[in-house]
Amino acid sequence: MPKDKAVGIQVSQVSKQFGSFQAVKDVDLTVETGSLVALLGPSGSGKSTLLRLIAGLEQPDSGRIFLTGRDATNESVRDRQIGFVFQHYALFKHLTVRKNIAFGLELRKHTKEKVRARVEELLELVQLTGLGDRYPSQLSGGQRQRVALARALAVQPQVLLLDEPFGALDAKVRKDLRSWLRKLHDEVHVTTVFVTHDQEEAMEVADQIVVMNHGKVEQIGSPAEIYDNPATPFVMSFIGPVNVLPNSSHIFQAGGLDTPHPEVFLRPHDIEIAIDPIPETVPARIDRIVHLGWEVQAEVRLEDGQVLVAHLPRDRYRDLQLEPEQQVFVRPKQARSFPLNYSI
Amino acid sequence: MVAFVKARRQIAGVKESKSLLPLALIGISLLYVGLIIIIPAANVAVQAFSEGLSGFIKNLGDRNLQEAIRLTLLMGVISVPLNTLFGLAAAFAIARKQFPGKSLLLSVIDLPFSISPVVAGLMIVLLYGRNGWLGPLLESNDIKIIFAWPGMALATIFVSMPFVAREVIPNLEEIGTDAEEAASTLGANGWQTFWRVTLPSIKWSMLYGVVLTTARALGEFGAVSVVSGSITGKTQTLPLFVEEAYKQYQTTLSYTAALLLGGISLVTLVLKALLEARTGRQSRIH
Repeated sequence: MPKDKAVGIQVSQVSKQFGSFQAVKDVDLTVETGSLVALLGPSGSGKSTLLRLIAGLEQPDSGRIFLTGRDATNESVRDRQIGFVFQHYALFKHLTVRKNIAFGLELRKHTKEKVRARVEELLELVQLTGLGDRYPSQLSGGQRQRVALARALAVQPQVLLLDEPFGALDAKVRKDLRSWLRKLHDEVHVTTVFVTHDQEEAMEVADQIVVMNHGKVEQIGSPAEIYDNPATPFVMSFIGPVNVLPNSSHIFQAGGLDTPHPEVFLRPHDIEIAIDPIPETVPARIDRIVHLGWEVQAEVRLEDGQVLVAHLPRDRYRDLQLEPEQQVFVRPKQARSFPLNYSI
Repeated sequence: MVAFVKARRQIAGVKESKSLLPLALIGISLLYVGLIIIIPAANVAVQAFSEGLSGFIKNLGDRNLQEAIRLTLLMGVISVPLNTLFGLAAAFAIARKQFPGKSLLLSVIDLPFSISPVVAGLMIVLLYGRNGWLGPLLESNDIKIIFAWPGMALATIFVSMPFVAREVIPNLEEIGTDAEEAASTLGANGWQTFWRVTLPSIKWSMLYGVVLTTARALGEFGAVSVVSGSITGKTQTLPLFVEEAYKQYQTTLSYTAALLLGGISLVTLVLKALLEARTGRQSRIH
């Protein structure tokens, strides 16, 4: 069936198996033109395989893939008009930066002047002006990845795919580069999908996050939706820290919680700590205090022996003057169980 | 090295007299290499020039020697390109494709390493010789393989087959498929990817394999000896000529040919060292 022009990528019921390992199973996914989407999941969740299926680097066992409205399932990689960025850059080591960026343009038989002009334009875009004559081995990791990005963008792809693009970089460079990628996307506006296992990275960069687990899509939504309304226990525990408690726990009894589901999920920052007993709290004892920088982590033990991890802002911690072994009172501000959502 | 060892021993407070050990080790090594390699090799040069420079030049003009040079080069010209093409194809098949019988192919490529060259020659005789399987068929069509250059070429190809594939396979595995995949996403077809991306990445290991193939092809004695019949002036390569001339008491002529072969080895050795520096690998023994 012909697809809507506004849809950049449409994946329909796609499955892929490697030997006996089901890498991707019955995945449906729609990426709107010009948006920036993150495929997020643990290793082995099928996110990279899905990206390679979209690129045509792997062939699906079943299902169809549409790019900008046309059925690309049977198109070869080189006809798909995609740009692909690899985790380990995959630059051509024997070619200079300029030649790397020009690679796709030269295959398309553009005139020399046109290629030269376009390469300079891209060097400027990725902030590497003046480094055009270097070889990849003479660049830092962050610079190499920007060359890889420029090379992929040179041929003006309709879809840009990045496989763990910052995975091989150290923490500082990774942070710089991902905010830079966000800005670049706002300039270039090409439909972009990137793979990451880092939920913070997905939150910071993407418009939409696709959470994957065991080859299936668990949830698709904006970063806020995914965080505030996780659809499954997996999403809840993968995006941010979480306490998993039995529904019989003391902490829920004061609040009169009643849920048929045996497991209840509680974010550390959704636990309120008080020095004096206030309504709906239960007594607990501080086990340990850990300073995390802008917030403090308190490990509290309930009277039934259950240990909870709670996060509170520094100021609140100072006001309370918490210390290990101290008696406190705790209350869940918000808890969640699945599949029914509820709040206290 | 000696100074370094001395310094270390002084720091360690060991008596100076004990530093004779490294000197002794170096002395023994030099003596051994000298006796086994340098003196015999130098002797070849001395003997080749035993009738003076004019004698050497006269010997170079020997018709049978020239025929042997021509035939040796022919062996190289036939077997090196064929084995390079085969080696590349086999290396790509093994490093990049999945197919049944892959490990069998890998073992078969190694066969020429483990089979005695004489047996290799015999295999060819048994197949193409007058009493061989294909003998009658060849004879009735007037095609001569044994005791002629085609048989010698077959023997040479056989013994020099593994080198290119053996050098290129680990190189292909090491570089991985990322760059090739990147090329395909940029619009390159298989052929463009090979020429522009893969070949530049494997060229040094390939050339290293080519040098080893050439050395083996030009220097082979056993296998070629069995199939050629060693007919002077007709089916003698340089190694065969050296033996024959020596047997015929043409000592100086024999040494002249040996010196040529030695010269080829020297060139090979230098190329090998240069390529090893390029590929950053340690010297290896084949």
